Order: sequence, then structure tokens, then C-alpha cells
Amino acid sequence: MADTRHDEPPREGGVDRRAFLTDLTAVCAGTPLLLGLVKISNAVPVPQEGGAYDPTEHWYGMGVDVERCIGCARCVVACKAENDVPPEPHYFNTWIERYVIRTNGDVEVESPNGGIDGFSEIEDPSTIRRTFFVPKLCNHCANPPCVQVCPVGATFITQDGAVLVDQDYCIGCRYCVQACPYGARYIHPEKHVAAKCTFCYHRLRDGLVPACVEVCPTGARIFGEPEGRPTPLTRFMRFNDLQILKPYLNTKPKVYYANLDFEVS
Amino acid sequence: MPQQVPRLIVVFAVAIIALLLARWYLVPDSFGEVGHYRAVAVDSIAARPVKYAGQRQCAMCHGDIADAKAEGNHRGLSCEVCHGPAAVHANAPMDTTPVVPRGRDLCVLCHAYNPSRPTGFPQINPVTHNPRVPCNRCHTPHAPVPPVTPRECSACHGEIATQKSLSHHAGLECTTCHNAPEGHRENPRAVRPTKPTNREFCGTCHASGLPDIPQVDLATHHAGYLCWQCHYPHNPEAR
Repeated sequence: MADTRHDEPPREGGVDRRAFLTDLTAVCAGTPLLLGLVKISNAVPVPQEGGAYDPTEHWYGMGVDVERCIGCARCVVACKAENDVPPEPHYFNTWIERYVIRTNGDVEVESPNGGIDGFSEIEDPSTIRRTFFVPKLCNHCANPPCVQVCPVGATFITQDGAVLVDQDYCIGCRYCVQACPYGARYIHPEKHVAAKCTFCYHRLRDGLVPACVEVCPTGARIFGEPEGRPTPLTRFMRFNDLQILKPYLNTKPKVYYANLDFEVS
Repeated sequence: MPQQVPRLIVVFAVAIIALLLARWYLVPDSFGEVGHYRAVAVDSIAARPVKYAGQRQCAMCHGDIADAKAEGNHRGLSCEVCHGPAAVHANAPMDTTPVVPRGRDLCVLCHAYNPSRPTGFPQINPVTHNPRVPCNRCHTPHAPVPPVTPRECSACHGEIATQKSLSHHAGLECTTCHNAPEGHRENPRAVRPTKPTNREFCGTCHASGLPDIPQVDLATHHAGYLCWQCHYPHNPEAR
């Protein structure tokens, strides 16, 4: 017997299958369009006032010349003052590490109180092969893992390339602290939200360089833009062999090191 | 119209309205305007107060000191390295005065001997270097030069001096191998001392046949290399 279900006439007061499916398709297509209207209304660009700072015209980065760092940690002090970082140890936007590489290949790294109080004398100086200071800070990655893991969108990379924390919106879940491969984040002990280096974003808008760059006595820190307009960083990048930290993680850091040992990570 | 359709429309409508309501309630203002974050957060971060006024601000009033500093070895230093954050002072000069560090505590942060510091950076041992005398009694911080030309190279080259003192070359004067022009003492990077440039120089001892000195035959001992390409003269490995 032939299957006659497709040929059945619509029931009294009903709707045929074809009409129902057509309507369903329309509804399915229409719902996201309707919801999308909310998004589209947000996407209308806001016109810039004349001469105002345009973040899309900048893309910031930093250079660090390890050869020039004398480990005085004035940058750490300045950073803490400029950004109201808690004075206790363990809370740092930037800090200085001392590397000691022994003749047998052992690597010792220390950063007592970020270097603010100076560094202790090196034991057994006859076995030192090399020793140097490495300033560390948030690398302001172009592909930041901390931003990817934030569940609420409280940390983000701005159009001018600074990775910032929206401290009014952060829920303090610590995912980003875990995700940062450079240990550049901490939970603020009083605000209970994530905190980190901002490239002194409030200074950039005024045309100033970050506080650590301002006070570095030897010019070991160079600030500017790695591409586009010529800045001191452009020159630094042209004349030095550059390294970035943990390149295999594909985080695309924008803090570029010169004269860095391969032991540093 | 079958009775299911109005019911479905109601269900859809309620779901959509609930979604829009939830969105309106949960998504904060300005979220998503530029990216997956609150656009106003950028402005609030940018509005934080500046504490370090910057070198240019200082020079506007203190031009004489800035000029003196621009000539000296501290030309790269920002005023606020030593005098502390001064934006408050720059905005209201009469109300506050930045700190004026005296004594020895601040200078030794940079100038105390530390082997991790780059070679050639001027370093002293604060324990033995005129103890308890404030640095500015002999040195002008705005245009520092050594008050007396250092007699010892170790005043600046502390790490090399330490290594050499432990090595077999401890008995050699720096001037045995290096000829430091007078200008090097005040302008260390502009005027450089000489270094031995050939094998025969080392050979004056090490190919001389003198007793108790390791001897090589310059003709056969890795000809084509200069001595320093394998050996570190300040701490030679032969013991």
C-alpha cells in the first residue's frame, strides 16, 4: 500500500506542513536578526571631537635593554607611587629580577621586595659565570591569555594596545591571575579585584611616558610604538637584536628585550 | 490558524522579551561599544591622577639646574628619580616642596658595587669609600664628576678589579695592558682606553720562557686566534 500521509488534506482549522515549515524558517531567521538589532545599534561609531586623543592611531609597546639595567629599582618605586600599588611585598606592576648563572650552569633568580631594598651579596662569587638584572612587567600581549579567560569582560586590550582591568566590573575570580604566563597580575588586597601594569595609561593620554620609563636613570626602558609612527622604541627595535618572553606561547608580547640571556623566561 | 500557533507565538514572545530584559539588566552601559568591555572603563582609567610630572615640567621653572644637568653625567636622569613624584608641586609650587635627599642612602642605590651591574658603571664600596661623609660634600649631584680623578680603575670597574684580584693576574697593574687617556676618567664612554690587539703582547710573558708562567708556542698554539678570543685576561683559567 502506498504511503499517503503527504497527500492528506489539512485538518479542520489546521495548517499544512509546508506552511508551518515556511513560517518556522521565517521565525528562526528573524529572531537573531531581531536580537542583532541591539548589537547593530551599538556599532554606530561615535564621532571624535576635533583634536581629541584617538586611540585607534596608537599602538604602544616597550623596550627593555638588559645591558643597561643597574638594578636600582627606582622604576618599581615610581610605579608604586604613580599607580597606588600596595606597598607590601608581593604586589608589583613591575619588578626587578637578578639572575646569577653559575659556571656549572645553575641559574639563580631572586627579586627580594621587587628589588626596592637592594639585592643581597652574591654568595661564592668565584663561581659566577654571568649575572645581570632583568626588569619585568606586564607584556601587554597583542594576544593576551588573561583577556581570553575573563568571564565577564572586565579585562581587555584597548585600541591603542594596553591591557587594562576594569576594576569597577571585575568580580575578582582570579582566572586572569592564573592565565598570565608572566606572573604580571595580582589581586588587590583591599579592592579584591585584579590589578596590573597599565602602561600608565593615564599618563599616555597626556603625552607623558610611563613613570618607570620617566625615572629610569640609565635609559634601560624605552617607550613608544613598535609599528607605525617613529618613536624611541622604533629606533631601539631597529638597532638591537630583540627577544620576547615565552615566544612559544603565541601571546605576542609587546615588551621587547635586548641583550637578554636565553636563561630568562 | 491552529490553536498551537498562537501559543507558540506567546512562548516565543515571552522568551524574546525575557532575553531582552535580561540583557538590558545584566549588560552594563557602554559594554560592547568598542570591544568586549565597558568603553567608559578606559576613560575612568585614563582619568587617574598623574603623580610624576615629567622632566619637561621641572625644566620649565628650574631651567638653570636642567641646563647644568644636561651637560653632566646625570643628563639622562629625570629630576624625579631623586626628588620623588612632583606633580603636586608642579601644580602648586608654593604648597609643597619635593624631597631633597642628603646623606648617602640614595646615591648608593645606584652606585654601590654590585657584580650584577653592567661593567663600567661607576660603583664604589660604601663601606670603604669615605664612610659617613655625605656624597654631596665632594660630588655635585646635578653634574657629577669625580672630585679627584680616581687613582684606582676599580672605582668604576669594580667587577673586573674583584675578579682580577682573585686571579693569577692579580699582580698586574691595569696599565700593564691598558693605556687609559686622561679624558677617560671624566668622559668614560667618549674616550676609551686601549686594549692589546695582538698575540705578541701576551707572548711577552707567555712565550718568554720565564719560569712559573704558563708558556705557549705562539707559532703553533691556535694560530689565527687572538688570545682574548679564548681566554679572559682578568680571570685566566690556567691556575
